[in-house]
Amino acid sequence: MPDSAVIADGLHARAAASTGSLPIRFEGIDFAVGATHILSGVELELHAGGPTVLMGPNGSGKTTLLKLAMGLLTPTAGSITFDGASHAPARARAIMFQKPVMLRRSVAANIAFALEAAGRPSSTSDIRRLLDLAHIAPLAERPARRLSGGEQQRLALARALAREPQVLFLDEPTASLDPSSTKLVEEIISQVSASGVKIVMSTHDLGQARRLAHEIVFMAGGRVVEHEPAASFFNQPATEEARRFLAGELVV
Amino acid sequence: MDGVGALDLILSGDRTLFAIVRLSLLVTLSATLLAAVVGMPLGATVALTRFPGRDAAIVMLNGLMGLPPVVVGLLVFLALSRSGPLGSPGILFTPTAMIIAQAVLIAPIIAALTRQLVEDLWAEYRDELTAMEVGPLARVKTLLWDARFSLVTIGLAGFGRAAAEVGAVMIVGGNIDGFTRVMTTTIALETSKGNLALAIGLGLVLITLIMAVNAIAWGVRQWAERHAG
Repeated sequence: MPDSAVIADGLHARAAASTGSLPIRFEGIDFAVGATHILSGVELELHAGGPTVLMGPNGSGKTTLLKLAMGLLTPTAGSITFDGASHAPARARAIMFQKPVMLRRSVAANIAFALEAAGRPSSTSDIRRLLDLAHIAPLAERPARRLSGGEQQRLALARALAREPQVLFLDEPTASLDPSSTKLVEEIISQVSASGVKIVMSTHDLGQARRLAHEIVFMAGGRVVEHEPAASFFNQPATEEARRFLAGELVV
Repeated sequence: MDGVGALDLILSGDRTLFAIVRLSLLVTLSATLLAAVVGMPLGATVALTRFPGRDAAIVMLNGLMGLPPVVVGLLVFLALSRSGPLGSPGILFTPTAMIIAQAVLIAPIIAALTRQLVEDLWAEYRDELTAMEVGPLARVKTLLWDARFSLVTIGLAGFGRAAAEVGAVMIVGGNIDGFTRVMTTTIALETSKGNLALAIGLGLVLITLIMAVNAIAWGVRQWAERHAG
Protein backbone atom coordinates (compact mmCIF):
# COMPACT_ATOMS: atom_id res chain seq x y z
CA MET A 1 0.00 0.00 0.00
CA PRO A 2 1.51 3.33 -1.01
CA ASP A 3 2.09 6.02 1.54
CA SER A 4 -0.91 8.25 1.16
CA ALA A 5 0.79 11.28 2.68
CA VAL A 6 3.52 11.16 0.05
CA ILE A 7 1.06 10.59 -2.76
CA ALA A 8 -1.19 13.40 -1.65
CA ASP A 9 1.82 15.70 -1.44
CA GLY A 10 1.79 16.67 -5.12
CA LEU A 11 -1.91 17.45 -5.00
CA HIS A 12 -1.56 19.32 -1.76
CA ALA A 13 1.27 21.50 -3.02
CA ARG A 14 -0.79 22.56 -6.00
CA ALA A 15 -4.02 23.03 -4.04
CA ALA A 16 -2.28 25.11 -1.39
CA ALA A 17 -0.41 27.26 -3.89
CA SER A 18 -3.44 27.87 -6.06
CA THR A 19 -5.98 30.58 -5.86
CA GLY A 20 -8.73 31.71 -8.05
CA SER A 21 -11.39 29.05 -8.53
CA LEU A 22 -13.19 29.20 -5.19
CA PRO A 23 -15.74 30.18 -4.18
CA ILE A 24 -17.86 29.01 -7.10
CA ARG A 25 -20.97 31.14 -7.24
CA PHE A 26 -24.11 30.20 -9.19
CA GLU A 27 -26.38 33.18 -9.65
CA GLY A 28 -29.86 32.84 -11.11
CA ILE A 29 -28.92 29.79 -13.14
CA ASP A 30 -31.52 28.48 -15.56
CA PHE A 31 -30.81 25.63 -17.89
CA ALA A 32 -33.33 24.45 -20.44
CA VAL A 33 -33.23 22.08 -23.38
CA GLY A 34 -35.97 23.21 -25.73
CA ALA A 35 -39.07 23.66 -23.62
CA THR A 36 -37.80 21.41 -20.82
CA HIS A 37 -36.46 23.30 -17.83
CA ILE A 38 -33.77 21.27 -16.09
CA LEU A 39 -32.56 23.94 -13.68
CA SER A 40 -34.51 26.99 -12.57
CA GLY A 41 -33.19 29.92 -10.59
CA VAL A 42 -30.31 28.10 -8.93
CA GLU A 43 -28.47 30.20 -6.35
CA LEU A 44 -25.52 28.44 -4.77
CA GLU A 45 -22.12 29.21 -3.34
CA LEU A 46 -19.46 26.57 -2.92
CA HIS A 47 -16.49 27.38 -0.70
CA ALA A 48 -13.19 25.73 0.02
CA GLY A 49 -13.37 23.00 2.63
CA GLY A 50 -14.68 19.47 2.95
CA PRO A 51 -16.72 17.66 0.30
CA THR A 52 -19.97 19.14 -0.93
CA VAL A 53 -22.42 16.39 -1.78
CA LEU A 54 -25.33 16.97 -4.15
CA MET A 55 -28.34 14.87 -3.33
CA GLY A 56 -31.77 14.60 -4.81
CA PRO A 57 -33.99 12.30 -6.81
CA ASN A 58 -33.34 11.36 -10.43
CA GLY A 59 -33.90 14.28 -12.75
CA SER A 60 -33.35 16.88 -10.05
CA GLY A 61 -30.51 18.47 -12.04
CA LYS A 62 -27.40 17.26 -10.18
CA THR A 63 -25.47 16.10 -13.23
CA THR A 64 -26.45 19.24 -15.14
CA LEU A 65 -25.21 21.41 -12.29
CA LEU A 66 -21.85 19.58 -12.28
CA LYS A 67 -21.52 19.91 -16.05
CA LEU A 68 -22.31 23.62 -15.87
CA ALA A 69 -19.71 24.09 -13.16
CA MET A 70 -17.21 22.19 -15.28
CA GLY A 71 -17.98 24.41 -18.27
CA LEU A 72 -19.32 21.55 -20.38
CA LEU A 73 -22.71 23.24 -20.64
CA THR A 74 -23.62 26.91 -20.88
CA PRO A 75 -26.47 28.17 -18.73
CA THR A 76 -29.57 29.44 -20.49
CA ALA A 77 -29.63 32.32 -18.01
CA GLY A 78 -27.59 33.44 -15.01
CA SER A 79 -23.89 33.35 -14.34
CA ILE A 80 -21.29 31.14 -12.74
CA THR A 81 -18.22 32.82 -11.30
CA PHE A 82 -15.00 31.43 -9.92
CA ASP A 83 -13.60 33.65 -7.18
CA GLY A 84 -15.44 36.49 -8.86
CA ALA A 85 -14.13 35.78 -12.37
CA SER A 86 -16.28 34.45 -15.18
CA HIS A 87 -13.67 31.88 -16.13
CA ALA A 88 -11.94 29.39 -13.89
CA PRO A 89 -8.13 29.38 -14.12
CA ALA A 90 -6.81 26.88 -16.68
CA ARG A 91 -6.84 23.29 -15.46
CA ALA A 92 -8.36 24.32 -12.14
CA ARG A 93 -11.26 21.92 -12.56
CA ALA A 94 -11.56 18.23 -13.28
CA ILE A 95 -14.53 15.90 -13.50
CA MET A 96 -15.19 12.21 -13.28
CA PHE A 97 -18.34 11.02 -14.99
CA GLN A 98 -20.73 8.37 -13.82
CA LYS A 99 -19.77 6.27 -16.83
CA PRO A 100 -16.26 7.39 -17.74
CA VAL A 101 -15.03 6.77 -21.27
CA MET A 102 -11.90 4.66 -21.38
CA LEU A 103 -9.56 5.59 -24.21
CA ARG A 104 -8.57 2.60 -26.32
CA ARG A 105 -5.11 2.21 -24.91
CA SER A 106 -3.42 0.90 -21.80
CA VAL A 107 -4.15 2.11 -18.29
CA ALA A 108 -0.80 3.89 -18.09
CA ALA A 109 -1.36 5.45 -21.54
CA ASN A 110 -4.74 6.76 -20.39
CA ILE A 111 -3.00 8.59 -17.56
CA ALA A 112 -0.21 9.78 -19.83
CA PHE A 113 -2.88 11.17 -22.16
CA ALA A 114 -4.54 13.10 -19.32
CA LEU A 115 -1.18 14.47 -18.18
CA GLU A 116 -0.32 15.65 -21.69
CA ALA A 117 -3.78 17.14 -22.22
CA ALA A 118 -3.18 19.10 -19.02
CA GLY A 119 -0.01 20.45 -20.55
CA ARG A 120 2.29 18.45 -18.33
CA PRO A 121 4.99 16.10 -19.51
CA SER A 122 3.91 12.54 -18.80
CA SER A 123 6.87 11.52 -16.68
CA THR A 124 7.08 7.93 -15.50
CA SER A 125 7.11 9.07 -11.89
CA ASP A 126 3.90 11.08 -12.30
CA ILE A 127 2.18 8.15 -13.96
CA ARG A 128 3.41 5.86 -11.22
CA ARG A 129 2.20 8.23 -8.49
CA LEU A 130 -1.29 8.41 -9.98
CA LEU A 131 -1.44 4.64 -10.54
CA ASP A 132 -0.55 4.15 -6.88
CA LEU A 133 -3.03 6.74 -5.72
CA ALA A 134 -5.83 4.94 -7.57
CA HIS A 135 -4.59 1.47 -6.52
CA ILE A 136 -4.26 0.34 -10.13
CA ALA A 137 -0.47 0.05 -10.43
CA PRO A 138 -0.57 -3.71 -11.19
CA LEU A 139 -2.93 -3.01 -14.10
CA ALA A 140 -0.71 -0.38 -15.75
CA GLU A 141 -0.20 -2.27 -19.01
CA ARG A 142 -3.71 -3.70 -19.32
CA PRO A 143 -6.06 -2.31 -21.98
CA ALA A 144 -8.27 0.19 -20.13
CA ARG A 145 -11.46 -1.14 -21.70
CA ARG A 146 -10.75 -4.56 -20.27
CA LEU A 147 -10.86 -3.36 -16.67
CA SER A 148 -13.76 -4.02 -14.31
CA GLY A 149 -16.21 -1.22 -13.52
CA GLY A 150 -14.49 -0.37 -10.26
CA GLU A 151 -11.05 -0.34 -11.86
CA GLN A 152 -12.29 1.88 -14.68
CA GLN A 153 -13.76 4.28 -12.16
CA ARG A 154 -10.44 4.48 -10.31
CA LEU A 155 -8.57 5.01 -13.57
CA ALA A 156 -10.98 7.84 -14.40
CA LEU A 157 -10.23 9.30 -10.98
CA ALA A 158 -6.49 9.07 -11.63
CA ARG A 159 -6.99 10.77 -15.00
CA ALA A 160 -8.95 13.58 -13.38
CA LEU A 161 -6.27 13.99 -10.71
CA ALA A 162 -3.59 14.15 -13.40
CA ARG A 163 -4.84 17.70 -13.94
CA GLU A 164 -3.95 18.55 -10.34
CA PRO A 165 -7.26 20.35 -10.01
CA GLN A 166 -8.31 22.75 -7.28
CA VAL A 167 -11.87 21.51 -7.63
CA LEU A 168 -12.84 17.95 -8.48
CA PHE A 169 -16.39 17.21 -9.61
CA LEU A 170 -17.57 13.62 -9.24
CA ASP A 171 -20.85 12.54 -10.80
CA GLU A 172 -22.13 9.49 -8.93
CA PRO A 173 -18.63 8.10 -8.59
CA THR A 174 -19.72 4.73 -7.24
CA ALA A 175 -23.19 4.31 -8.76
CA SER A 176 -22.54 0.91 -10.31
CA LEU A 177 -19.80 -0.44 -8.05
CA ASP A 178 -19.79 -3.27 -5.54
CA PRO A 179 -19.21 -2.49 -1.85
CA SER A 180 -15.46 -3.12 -1.83
CA SER A 181 -14.85 -1.01 -4.93
CA THR A 182 -17.06 1.68 -3.43
CA LYS A 183 -15.00 1.63 -0.25
CA LEU A 184 -11.78 1.98 -2.20
CA VAL A 185 -13.10 4.91 -4.24
CA GLU A 186 -14.36 6.59 -1.06
CA GLU A 187 -10.94 6.20 0.54
CA ILE A 188 -9.33 7.90 -2.44
CA ILE A 189 -11.90 10.69 -2.36
CA SER A 190 -11.23 11.28 1.36
CA GLN A 191 -7.51 11.31 0.74
CA VAL A 192 -7.82 13.79 -2.13
CA SER A 193 -10.13 15.97 -0.07
CA ALA A 194 -7.69 15.90 2.83
CA SER A 195 -4.96 17.13 0.50
CA GLY A 196 -6.91 20.35 -0.02
CA VAL A 197 -8.74 19.63 -3.26
CA LYS A 198 -12.35 20.77 -3.14
CA ILE A 199 -14.66 17.83 -3.85
CA VAL A 200 -18.12 18.46 -5.29
CA MET A 201 -19.94 15.22 -5.90
CA SER A 202 -23.39 13.82 -6.50
CA THR A 203 -24.60 10.55 -5.07
CA HIS A 204 -27.76 8.55 -4.47
CA ASP A 205 -26.09 6.59 -1.72
CA LEU A 206 -27.25 8.00 1.62
CA GLY A 207 -24.60 6.06 3.49
CA GLN A 208 -21.90 7.46 1.25
CA ALA A 209 -23.22 10.97 1.73
CA ARG A 210 -23.11 10.50 5.50
CA ARG A 211 -19.55 9.16 5.33
CA LEU A 212 -18.10 11.78 3.01
CA ALA A 213 -20.15 14.95 3.10
CA HIS A 214 -19.07 18.08 4.84
CA GLU A 215 -22.16 19.81 3.51
CA ILE A 216 -25.19 18.76 1.53
CA VAL A 217 -26.86 20.51 -1.37
CA PHE A 218 -30.31 18.98 -1.72
CA MET A 219 -31.95 19.44 -5.10
CA ALA A 220 -35.43 18.66 -6.34
CA GLY A 221 -37.20 19.65 -9.52
CA GLY A 222 -34.26 21.65 -10.85
CA ARG A 223 -33.97 23.84 -7.78
CA VAL A 224 -31.66 23.92 -4.78
CA VAL A 225 -33.99 23.15 -1.92
CA GLU A 226 -31.49 22.98 0.94
CA HIS A 227 -27.84 23.77 1.45
CA GLU A 228 -26.84 22.69 4.93
CA PRO A 229 -23.94 21.24 6.89
CA ALA A 230 -24.20 17.45 6.58
CA ALA A 231 -25.01 16.83 10.24
CA SER A 232 -27.94 19.19 10.35
CA PHE A 233 -29.28 17.98 6.99
CA PHE A 234 -29.39 14.40 8.12
CA ASN A 235 -30.56 15.09 11.66
CA GLN A 236 -33.01 17.87 11.02
CA PRO A 237 -33.89 18.35 7.37
CA ALA A 238 -35.41 21.80 7.07
CA THR A 239 -37.85 21.02 4.30
CA GLU A 240 -40.60 18.50 3.81
CA GLU A 241 -39.07 17.44 0.47
CA ALA A 242 -35.74 16.58 2.09
CA ARG A 243 -37.45 14.75 4.92
CA ARG A 244 -39.44 12.63 2.46
CA PHE A 245 -36.33 11.99 0.37
CA LEU A 246 -34.40 10.78 3.41
CA ALA A 247 -37.35 8.61 4.38
CA GLY A 248 -37.12 6.94 1.00
CA GLU A 249 -40.30 8.43 -0.35
CA LEU A 250 -40.16 9.59 -3.92
CA VAL A 251 -39.95 13.28 -4.53
CA VAL A 252 -41.11 14.39 -7.94
CA MET B 1 -10.92 -26.61 -70.20
CA ASP B 2 -10.42 -22.90 -69.67
CA GLY B 3 -10.60 -23.48 -65.93
CA VAL B 4 -7.81 -26.06 -66.11
CA GLY B 5 -5.76 -23.67 -68.22
CA ALA B 6 -6.34 -20.95 -65.63
CA LEU B 7 -5.13 -23.14 -62.78
CA ASP B 8 -2.17 -24.18 -64.88
CA LEU B 9 -1.19 -20.53 -65.36
CA ILE B 10 -1.42 -19.85 -61.65
CA LEU B 11 0.37 -23.02 -60.50
CA SER B 12 3.14 -22.74 -63.08
CA GLY B 13 3.86 -19.18 -61.87
CA ASP B 14 3.15 -17.65 -65.28
CA ARG B 15 5.31 -14.54 -65.55
CA THR B 16 2.78 -12.44 -67.45
CA LEU B 17 0.06 -13.29 -64.99
CA PHE B 18 2.15 -12.50 -61.93
CA ALA B 19 3.52 -9.27 -63.41
CA ILE B 20 -0.08 -8.14 -63.84
CA VAL B 21 -0.95 -9.19 -60.27
CA ARG B 22 2.10 -7.36 -58.93
CA LEU B 23 1.23 -4.12 -60.72
CA SER B 24 -2.40 -4.36 -59.63
CA LEU B 25 -1.38 -4.69 -56.01
CA LEU B 26 1.13 -1.87 -56.28
CA VAL B 27 -1.44 0.48 -57.82
CA THR B 28 -4.32 -0.38 -55.53
CA LEU B 29 -2.33 -0.47 -52.28
CA SER B 30 -0.69 2.86 -53.12
CA ALA B 31 -4.06 4.37 -54.01
CA THR B 32 -5.60 3.09 -50.77
CA LEU B 33 -2.74 4.51 -48.74
CA LEU B 34 -2.96 7.87 -50.51
CA ALA B 35 -6.74 8.00 -50.14
CA ALA B 36 -6.49 7.08 -46.45
CA VAL B 37 -3.88 9.75 -45.74
CA VAL B 38 -6.16 12.37 -47.29
CA GLY B 39 -9.59 10.92 -46.55
CA MET B 40 -9.30 9.95 -42.91
CA PRO B 41 -8.17 13.32 -41.50
CA LEU B 42 -10.62 15.04 -43.85
CA GLY B 43 -13.52 12.89 -42.62
CA ALA B 44 -12.52 13.40 -39.00
CA THR B 45 -12.23 17.16 -39.48
CA VAL B 46 -15.67 17.38 -41.05
CA ALA B 47 -17.01 15.29 -38.16
CA LEU B 48 -15.56 17.60 -35.52
CA THR B 49 -16.03 21.04 -37.01
CA ARG B 50 -19.10 23.17 -37.57
CA PHE B 51 -19.02 25.48 -40.56
CA PRO B 52 -21.57 27.04 -42.92
CA GLY B 53 -22.61 24.54 -45.57
CA ARG B 54 -21.51 21.56 -43.50
CA ASP B 55 -24.72 19.63 -44.18
CA ALA B 56 -24.27 20.17 -47.90
CA ALA B 57 -20.65 19.03 -47.63
CA ILE B 58 -21.70 15.83 -45.87
CA VAL B 59 -24.38 15.09 -48.47
CA MET B 60 -21.84 15.71 -51.22
CA LEU B 61 -19.24 13.51 -49.53
CA ASN B 62 -21.77 10.71 -49.13
CA GLY B 63 -22.90 11.16 -52.72
CA LEU B 64 -19.34 10.97 -54.00
CA MET B 65 -19.11 7.45 -52.57
CA GLY B 66 -21.09 6.37 -55.59
CA LEU B 67 -18.82 8.03 -58.17
CA PRO B 68 -18.77 5.93 -61.34
CA PRO B 69 -15.19 4.79 -62.02
CA VAL B 70 -15.39 5.74 -65.68
CA VAL B 71 -16.33 9.30 -64.75
CA VAL B 72 -13.39 9.49 -62.33
CA GLY B 73 -11.21 8.09 -65.11
CA LEU B 74 -12.48 10.71 -67.49
CA LEU B 75 -11.91 13.58 -65.02
CA VAL B 76 -8.40 12.43 -64.15
CA PHE B 77 -7.71 11.87 -67.86
CA LEU B 78 -8.74 15.46 -68.62
CA ALA B 79 -6.64 16.80 -65.75
CA LEU B 80 -3.54 14.81 -66.70
CA SER B 81 -3.72 15.06 -70.49
CA ARG B 82 -1.08 17.26 -72.16
CA SER B 83 -3.43 20.24 -72.41
CA GLY B 84 -4.94 19.68 -68.97
CA PRO B 85 -4.11 21.61 -65.79
CA LEU B 86 -1.79 18.84 -64.51
CA GLY B 87 -0.52 17.71 -67.87
CA SER B 88 3.06 18.95 -67.72
CA PRO B 89 4.68 15.99 -65.86
CA GLY B 90 3.36 13.68 -68.57
CA ILE B 91 2.11 10.98 -66.26
CA LEU B 92 -0.99 10.00 -68.23
CA PHE B 93 -0.88 6.31 -69.22
CA THR B 94 1.50 5.46 -66.38
CA PRO B 95 0.88 3.54 -63.15
CA THR B 96 1.12 6.87 -61.31
CA ALA B 97 -1.95 8.13 -63.16
CA MET B 98 -3.75 4.90 -62.23
CA ILE B 99 -2.87 5.39 -58.58
CA ILE B 100 -4.22 8.94 -58.69
CA ALA B 101 -7.44 7.84 -60.39
CA GLN B 102 -8.11 5.07 -57.89
CA ALA B 103 -7.25 7.37 -54.99
CA VAL B 104 -9.74 9.96 -56.30
CA LEU B 105 -12.32 7.20 -56.62
CA ILE B 106 -12.02 5.88 -53.09
CA ALA B 107 -10.98 8.96 -51.07
CA PRO B 108 -14.64 10.05 -50.77
CA ILE B 109 -15.61 6.57 -49.58
CA ILE B 110 -12.91 6.62 -46.91
CA ALA B 111 -13.69 10.22 -45.92
CA ALA B 112 -17.45 9.69 -45.71
CA LEU B 113 -17.21 6.48 -43.69
CA THR B 114 -14.56 8.03 -41.42
CA ARG B 115 -16.77 11.08 -40.91
CA GLN B 116 -19.64 8.91 -39.71
CA LEU B 117 -17.41 6.77 -37.51
CA VAL B 118 -15.63 9.71 -35.88
CA GLU B 119 -18.87 11.61 -35.38
CA ASP B 120 -20.37 8.65 -33.50
CA LEU B 121 -17.22 8.27 -31.44
CA TRP B 122 -17.17 11.99 -30.71
CA ALA B 123 -20.67 11.75 -29.24
CA GLU B 124 -19.22 9.26 -26.77
CA TYR B 125 -15.96 11.14 -26.09
CA ARG B 126 -17.13 14.76 -26.23
CA ASP B 127 -17.58 15.45 -22.53
CA GLU B 128 -14.46 13.55 -21.53
CA LEU B 129 -12.15 15.24 -24.05
CA THR B 130 -13.69 18.65 -23.48
CA ALA B 131 -13.19 18.25 -19.73
CA MET B 132 -9.56 17.35 -20.38
CA GLU B 133 -9.26 20.51 -22.50
CA VAL B 134 -7.98 18.56 -25.49
CA GLY B 135 -7.41 20.99 -28.39
CA PRO B 136 -9.02 20.65 -31.85
CA LEU B 137 -6.05 19.04 -33.60
CA ALA B 138 -5.39 16.66 -30.75
CA ARG B 139 -9.07 15.68 -30.83
CA VAL B 140 -8.80 14.61 -34.46
CA LYS B 141 -5.67 12.64 -33.64
CA THR B 142 -7.17 11.03 -30.54
CA LEU B 143 -10.40 10.01 -32.22
CA LEU B 144 -8.62 8.59 -35.28
CA TRP B 145 -6.32 6.62 -33.02
CA ASP B 146 -9.14 5.29 -30.88
CA ALA B 147 -11.10 4.37 -34.01
CA ARG B 148 -8.09 2.66 -35.52
CA PHE B 149 -9.56 -0.85 -35.64
CA SER B 150 -12.68 0.34 -37.42
CA LEU B 151 -10.55 2.49 -39.72
CA VAL B 152 -8.83 -0.68 -40.91
CA THR B 153 -12.22 -1.94 -42.08
CA ILE B 154 -12.88 1.38 -43.81
CA GLY B 155 -9.50 1.16 -45.51
CA LEU B 156 -10.47 -2.31 -46.70
CA ALA B 157 -13.73 -1.06 -48.12
CA GLY B 158 -11.68 1.42 -50.14
CA PHE B 159 -9.18 -1.25 -51.14
CA GLY B 160 -11.96 -3.56 -52.30
CA ARG B 161 -13.57 -0.86 -54.39
CA ALA B 162 -10.26 0.15 -55.99
CA ALA B 163 -9.19 -3.43 -56.64
CA ALA B 164 -12.48 -4.24 -58.32
CA GLU B 165 -12.86 -1.20 -60.57
CA VAL B 166 -11.94 -1.30 -64.21
CA GLY B 167 -13.19 1.91 -65.82
CA ALA B 168 -10.85 4.44 -64.22
CA VAL B 169 -7.59 2.54 -64.69
CA MET B 170 -8.58 1.58 -68.22
CA ILE B 171 -9.00 5.24 -69.21
CA VAL B 172 -5.98 6.79 -67.49
CA GLY B 173 -3.67 3.76 -67.78
CA GLY B 174 -4.53 2.84 -71.33
CA ASN B 175 -4.19 -0.91 -70.61
CA ILE B 176 -0.72 -0.98 -72.16
CA ASP B 177 0.70 -4.48 -72.28
CA GLY B 178 3.49 -4.98 -69.74
CA PHE B 179 3.21 -1.43 -68.42
CA THR B 180 -0.26 -0.40 -67.24
CA ARG B 181 -2.20 -3.62 -67.59
CA VAL B 182 -3.80 -4.67 -64.31
CA MET B 183 -6.01 -7.59 -63.38
CA THR B 184 -9.38 -6.03 -64.06
CA THR B 185 -8.42 -4.44 -67.37
CA THR B 186 -6.76 -7.66 -68.50
CA ILE B 187 -9.81 -9.71 -67.59
CA ALA B 188 -11.98 -7.37 -69.64
CA LEU B 189 -9.63 -7.45 -72.59
CA GLU B 190 -8.82 -11.16 -72.60
CA THR B 191 -12.47 -12.11 -72.21
CA SER B 192 -13.37 -10.09 -75.26
CA LYS B 193 -10.50 -11.73 -77.14
CA GLY B 194 -11.70 -15.17 -76.11
CA ASN B 195 -8.57 -15.92 -74.06
CA LEU B 196 -10.59 -17.20 -71.15
CA ALA B 197 -7.79 -19.10 -69.38
CA LEU B 198 -5.88 -15.95 -68.46
CA ALA B 199 -9.10 -14.08 -67.64
CA ILE B 200 -10.32 -16.82 -65.31
CA GLY B 201 -6.86 -17.19 -63.76
CA LEU B 202 -6.72 -13.50 -62.97
CA GLY B 203 -10.27 -13.56 -61.69
CA LEU B 204 -9.36 -16.33 -59.27
CA VAL B 205 -6.24 -14.49 -58.11
CA LEU B 206 -8.21 -11.25 -57.68
CA ILE B 207 -10.87 -12.87 -55.53
CA THR B 208 -8.27 -14.79 -53.52
CA LEU B 209 -6.25 -11.64 -52.89
CA ILE B 210 -9.25 -9.68 -51.71
CA MET B 211 -10.21 -12.54 -49.41
CA ALA B 212 -6.66 -12.83 -48.11
CA VAL B 213 -6.32 -9.11 -47.40
CA ASN B 214 -9.62 -9.19 -45.54
CA ALA B 215 -8.61 -12.27 -43.57
CA ILE B 216 -5.33 -10.65 -42.52
CA ALA B 217 -7.09 -7.46 -41.50
CA TRP B 218 -9.65 -9.46 -39.53
CA GLY B 219 -6.89 -11.34 -37.74
CA VAL B 220 -5.00 -8.14 -36.95
CA ARG B 221 -8.19 -6.58 -35.61
CA GLN B 222 -8.95 -9.56 -33.39
CA TRP B 223 -5.43 -9.61 -32.03
CA ALA B 224 -5.29 -5.86 -31.51
CA GLU B 225 -8.65 -5.67 -29.75
CA ARG B 226 -7.50 -8.29 -27.30
CA HIS B 227 -4.24 -6.49 -26.67
CA ALA B 228 -5.24 -2.84 -26.90
CA GLY B 229 -8.86 -2.88 -25.77
